[in-house]
Amino acid sequence: MEFLNTNLPYILAGISVGGQYALIAIGYTMVYGILRLINFAHGDIFMVAGFAMVYLSATLPLYISIPLTIIITVLLGFAVERMAYKPLRTAPRMSIMISAIGVSYLLQNCAWYITSGLAKQYPTIPWISESISIGTATTKIVTVITPILTIVLVIALVILIKYTKIGMAMRAMAKDFETSQLMGVKINSVISFTFIIGSFLAAIGSLLYFTNYATVTPIAGAMPGLKAFVAAVFGGIGSIPGAVIGAFIIGICENIIRMFGWTTFSDAFTFALLIIILVAKPTGLFGEKSTDKV
Amino acid sequence: MMLRINNLKVNYGGIEAVKGISFTVPEKSIVTLIGANGAGKSTTLRTIAGLVKPQSGNIEFLGEDITGKGAADIVSHGITMVPEGRKIFPDLTVLENLKIGAYLRKDDLTDDLNLVFDLFPRLKERSWQHGGTLSGGEQQMLAVGRALMSRPKLMMMDEPSLGLAPLIVRNIFEIIQEINKQGVTILLIEQNANMALKVADIGYVLETGRITLSGTGAELLADEGVKAAYLGAKAK
Ligand SMILES: Nc1ncnc2c1ncn2[C@@H]1O[C@H](COP(=O)(O)OP(=O)(O)O)[C@@H](O)[C@H]1O
Ligand SMILES: [Mg+2]
Repeated sequence: MEFLNTNLPYILAGISVGGQYALIAIGYTMVYGILRLINFAHGDIFMVAGFAMVYLSATLPLYISIPLTIIITVLLGFAVERMAYKPLRTAPRMSIMISAIGVSYLLQNCAWYITSGLAKQYPTIPWISESISIGTATTKIVTVITPILTIVLVIALVILIKYTKIGMAMRAMAKDFETSQLMGVKINSVISFTFIIGSFLAAIGSLLYFTNYATVTPIAGAMPGLKAFVAAVFGGIGSIPGAVIGAFIIGICENIIRMFGWTTFSDAFTFALLIIILVAKPTGLFGEKSTDKV
Repeated sequence: MMLRINNLKVNYGGIEAVKGISFTVPEKSIVTLIGANGAGKSTTLRTIAGLVKPQSGNIEFLGEDITGKGAADIVSHGITMVPEGRKIFPDLTVLENLKIGAYLRKDDLTDDLNLVFDLFPRLKERSWQHGGTLSGGEQQMLAVGRALMSRPKLMMMDEPSLGLAPLIVRNIFEIIQEINKQGVTILLIEQNANMALKVADIGYVLETGRITLSGTGAELLADEGVKAAYLGAKAK
């Protein structure tokens, strides 16, 4: 009990950051599930969501700047797919990957240009930035809200995928584009929809994440993006529950490592984990054998 | 005329797979295209279905030019296809596989589901199973049922007998005739020429991208050339 009391803040922080990784990881895993594409630009879309909030909240009240940030992020995700990936639909997969890396650098460079590379102060969102005591630990409300909101959003997403028509089309397309088209599925709309969901969740994730970290930089998306990507691979890329569980495990493990005072190793841990999975079980916790689509 | 194909040419890269074919499919008929492996049968159907864009020529359906339209658009015109190898969605349940066949429809599906379940009682028993767990024959039934869910005017079938036991093949062909009697026009392609010509009103022989012969099913069955080339093995 004593142990738990002193270490509760780390565990809470782990669950919270795990939820933030999960919201990003879903975007990676859904896009991979449908397009077999690792969307390297996803972490940068998350970063742009951070800056959008910084600039919008400077002039607009929060009840406008928050929804506007979400809308801008969603539009950006949609536009990236339409402009950088859709024209390469029939190209070899490697070309789309390269295009994704290009978009990633483009977004980072635009952010450098606009901000001159300076870290920007993230606005304080009232209520979720307030402190709260849990047992002996004091933390921000956002720490508690994040996992709850994450779970609610994941449940909503699972229901959407399992019980709606577009969800059924997404599951069909994950296996076979051509036959889905023969059923009348407009594959470009479904792909756009997938990017919209992924960007929406990344925007929510960025609101929660940057509230915790206080500043945004042009490379602020790289680290959480990579960790979310590792979480998706760990869970079995393509699987939504896998990505969420992977994200929580990584978030909690990182903070347990910090708890033991090995803060410098907490990032290294994630990447060591990636290497171990790729060697020992490339399909991850819930991944299926890689089925190449026809 | 329900479907009119005019001088259709289809290329893959530099290779001409279909070299200018013309044929027609009358309303409420069963028409078959037979030919050896690689003759261009699948390419022809895939072009009509909107999966492949033709080089030249045109496709007319119920008087409307549908050349080059996208696959989803073609479905909304009332053309459906049972693809080669059935292509059931393995992770979707049997019921979902049927429902996705009606993807573009917004009306109630109960009647259509009952109709499919009347044709294939097996599918009703298995409606909660995943498509991937069905046997080959059951998957073919599901593929046909799925195609019917769009309420097609024209159903195209790519080698429905492929890889199935003779008894099941006979059953599938009976179902094809039954569906045709209910008013759906059928365009069937087969390597199993014997079976196909027996049920067909009209047949065309496709050889390396060209139509070399046509006639009623009975005429082609009796033709010496067809017998030698396509029915030889079966006649023994
Ligand atoms: N996707 C493709 N890319 C390149 N060539 C193809 C493709 N599909 C078919 N072909 C070629 O086109 C020709 C006709 O094929 P196909 O229409 O599948 O014949 P069939 O269905 O009569 O067996 C063959 O020579 C085949 O190798
Ligand atoms: Mg074929």
